[in-house]
Order: sequence, then structure tokens, then C-alpha cells
Amino acid sequence: MIKKLFTIFALLFYSFSSFAQADPLIEKVSKKLALVNDYVGEGVMKTDVSFIKASLGKVKVYFKKPNLLKVKKDGGISLLPKGGVSLTINTLLNTKQYSTISAGTQVLNGKTLTVLKLIPTDENLDWVIATLWIDPVEALVYKTATTTKENGSYEITMQYGAYANYGLASKIIFSFNTKDYKLPNGITLEFGDDDAAAKQKALKNKKGTVEITFNNYVINKGVSNSMF
Amino acid sequence: MKSIISFELYKIFRRPRTYIAFGAIAALILVIQFGLKVDGQSYAAFLMKDINDTLTVDGNVLNGYLICYILLQLLLVHVPLLVALIAADMISGEANLGTLRLLFSTPFTRTQWVLGKFIAASIYTIVLLIWLAILALFLSMWVFGTDDLFLMKSNYVVLIEQSDVLWRYVGAFVFASFSLLTVTSLGFLMSSIANNSIGPIVGTMSAIVFFTILSTLNIPLFSMIKPYLFTTHMNNWKEFFDIQVSDNNEAITGSILNVAKIKTSLIVLSTHIVLFVGTAVYITKKKDILS
Repeated sequence: MIKKLFTIFALLFYSFSSFAQADPLIEKVSKKLALVNDYVGEGVMKTDVSFIKASLGKVKVYFKKPNLLKVKKDGGISLLPKGGVSLTINTLLNTKQYSTISAGTQVLNGKTLTVLKLIPTDENLDWVIATLWIDPVEALVYKTATTTKENGSYEITMQYGAYANYGLASKIIFSFNTKDYKLPNGITLEFGDDDAAAKQKALKNKKGTVEITFNNYVINKGVSNSMF
Repeated sequence: MKSIISFELYKIFRRPRTYIAFGAIAALILVIQFGLKVDGQSYAAFLMKDINDTLTVDGNVLNGYLICYILLQLLLVHVPLLVALIAADMISGEANLGTLRLLFSTPFTRTQWVLGKFIAASIYTIVLLIWLAILALFLSMWVFGTDDLFLMKSNYVVLIEQSDVLWRYVGAFVFASFSLLTVTSLGFLMSSIANNSIGPIVGTMSAIVFFTILSTLNIPLFSMIKPYLFTTHMNNWKEFFDIQVSDNNEAITGSILNVAKIKTSLIVLSTHIVLFVGTAVYITKKKDILS
């Protein structure tokens, strides 16, 4: 009887541990990302939100292991999706506190990518579930979709170039849902402006995106904690 | 003509009344700047409530450029009333004192006197505007620092790069000078009709209030006449702070969304100035001076 119970327990433990263990592909991606302890990425940021008129701006992206990340615009005001930019692939995987579920394969921009879902095992993490689209050959993540507890859902699409060996993207596109924006005329003092509605109509767009195109990365040269 | 202008400027700046406008503008600006310096963050948080639901805004939003924009929005509606205090007294004040007959008996023609007085009143208006610019823009830049201009309009937000802002203020102040000169010329016209100071001053202020209300009402009946009212165009300095976007929704640095609107407004305002001053000259030339 004891032997039977032991066998059932052992089988349950095995099945649970196999479910919770990190996927080999994730391990492969993590190994690549582990090459980077910190970086400073220089690039150009484009904000495309229906109710915002903003020009391109030069930005610097600071990252430090395990999950410190900061986007700073060079001498100006930056607009970033709330809580979204901190959920990059580095910050997601470096927590190491997740279970992986395979969700098959999908073709994205002509590449056959393995789809994996991550479920956090630490309740204190900001995100609820994340889906990763990974190239199994290059061990590069081309897309993530993350649902957070408080800041909605985000999609991050990545393109790779010169720094692909480090798993660092040459272009990152954050997509997020925007809420309506409206300020009363009494506050903005825009009385009698008949064109306002027409201007807003011309800007109408469903989703917001923030694109960062990187020109250069400085990798593993040290980043001070004060940057974050 | 030069001596008339110098003489009239001397008279304007000798009067204590002249400095009421300078004092009122300084007091208002300093009070607003003090309030925003002490509790500006909560004001900014209130304005940015909708944006903060979606985006994180990083940078010095409440900088000197935004403070200046807020101040101009509040003050450029009321400064015309202060301009009227001086402009509407230029001819009627002389009539009231009985010195108009004396002026017109000099070798200078009536037209020269009227134009000289108008130029002097215009110089006062421009000096008042420069005073406003020094306090609203340069003092704000010094107190609050500079950064990109993050402008929250009723339906959308405009983010203008720091390097792209200052020339817009130059444009806005030049435009505002046309607006205020229109008020100066209206006050001047009123002044040419009356023989006392109070009537033209109150008349000019009433006309500004009346037409401003008509301009802001979105009633179709009034929409027909709105394009012809100078008050409709006076606030179009704001157009300098709206920029064009490309097909990719990228703001185009150095652009103005509606240049044609600014041009139209400048034409309408200039036409009003010429019309008001021309009528004032005509009335004064025909005027039977009894005082």
C-alpha cells in the first residue's frame, strides 16, 4: 500500500515538475541574454498615439540585470506606455519565476516561430501571463504579448540586426491600447474653436505604439544604479 | 509728426493711470507664477489625469514655456481692457480738458495729430506687450526652467521640441500685437466720437466683451458673422502652437498646422485697424470742436 502511494506521489511530482520546469528553448534564449549584464542603447523614439502629436526624439535605454530598465529622452519630455517598457524580454526572463506552456508554432513575417506561454509563479510580479514568439534556430524572441495586473495588455515586436548575437533588438515596437483623451474647454480655454473636432477626427487611431530604433549599444561597460 | 509722437508719449507716460496696466499685469503674472511654483504639480496632475491612465510622462512638463502659454491664455483676453484705458482717452481726454482746440490750432494738421496720437498709443500698447513677454516668458523660463512644450488641448496633446518653441512665441507675440493694436484703434475710434474719457473707455471695454461673447458662442445664427468679428481672430495666436503631422502621425518640427488661418486673421485684424483709424481721422477732421 505504502509502495503504491509512493509511486502515485512520485508520478504526480514528476508530472508537476515537468510542467513547471523551464522550456529548453527558453533556456537557450536566457543563455544568450545572460551574455548581457548591462547595456546603454542609443536610438530614436517615435510615439504614435491617436491624441498625441509628437516628433521623433533621441533616446537612451539603460538596462541592468536582473530587471532594471529606464528609457530617457535626450533633453526633453518622453511619453512611454505606462508600465509597458519595463516588460521587455530581459526583464521577463530574468525573473526566473515562471512556468512555461508550449502553444505550438506560428508563422510571423515568413519565419516559423515557436509560441510559448509564461505564467508567473511569483504573485508579486506585475504581469499575469506572457506569450513569446521565439525563433528556435536563432534563439531570438520576435514578439511578446504581456497582460499586466494594472496596466492592461502590451505587445512588443522586435527586429534584429548587428546585436542579434546578444539577443538585443535593433528595433522595438511597443503596442498598447489607449484610452480616450478629453479636457473640458473651460480648462483649456479653447472656446469657439470649431476645428477642434475635425482635428481630432483626423488623428483618430485605435492603438498606440512607441517605436525605438537603436543605432548603437554599449554592452557590459557598467551602468550606475542612479540611472534607474 | 515725430514731435507729436514724442509729445504724446511724454503725456502718456506722465499719467499715473498708464502704470495701472503694467502693475496689474505684473501682479497677475507673479501671483500665477507663485501659485504654480508652490502647487503646480497637483495642477499638472489634474490636467494629465487622462494621459497618465495610458502613458508615463517623463520630464519637466511644468516648465517656463508651458507657464507662459497658460499665462497668455489667461491674460491676452484681459489685456485689451487695460489697453482701452489709455487708447480710448487719447482724443476725448483732450476734448474733456478743452485742449483739443489748442492742439488743432497748431501748424500740424488734424490728420497729423490723430495719426501721431495713434502711433503714440500703439507704442504704449507694444511696450505693454513687451512687459507682458518679459514677465510671462523670460521670467517663467528663469523660474521654471525650459523643456519641451507639452501642450494639453481639449481633444489632443501637442509635444513641441524645446528648440522649436521660442520662434513660436515670437510669432505669437507679433500676432498678439496686431490683436491689441486693433483694440487700440477701436478705443481711438470711440475716443474721436466722445467729448469725455469715461464713455469711450467703457464703450471700448463693452464692445470687446460683447463681441468676445458672440465669438465664443457656437450658435449657427452667429456663425455667419463670426468670421468678420475682430474678437474671433484675436485669440488665433494659439495657432502658432499647433503643428502638422505626417501620414505616420509624426509631428513635423518647425511646421504650423494652419498657416492660412493665421494669415486670414492678420488680414482681418489689419483691416479693422485701418478701418477704425481711418474713421477716427475722418470724424476728427469733420468734428466741430465746441469744448
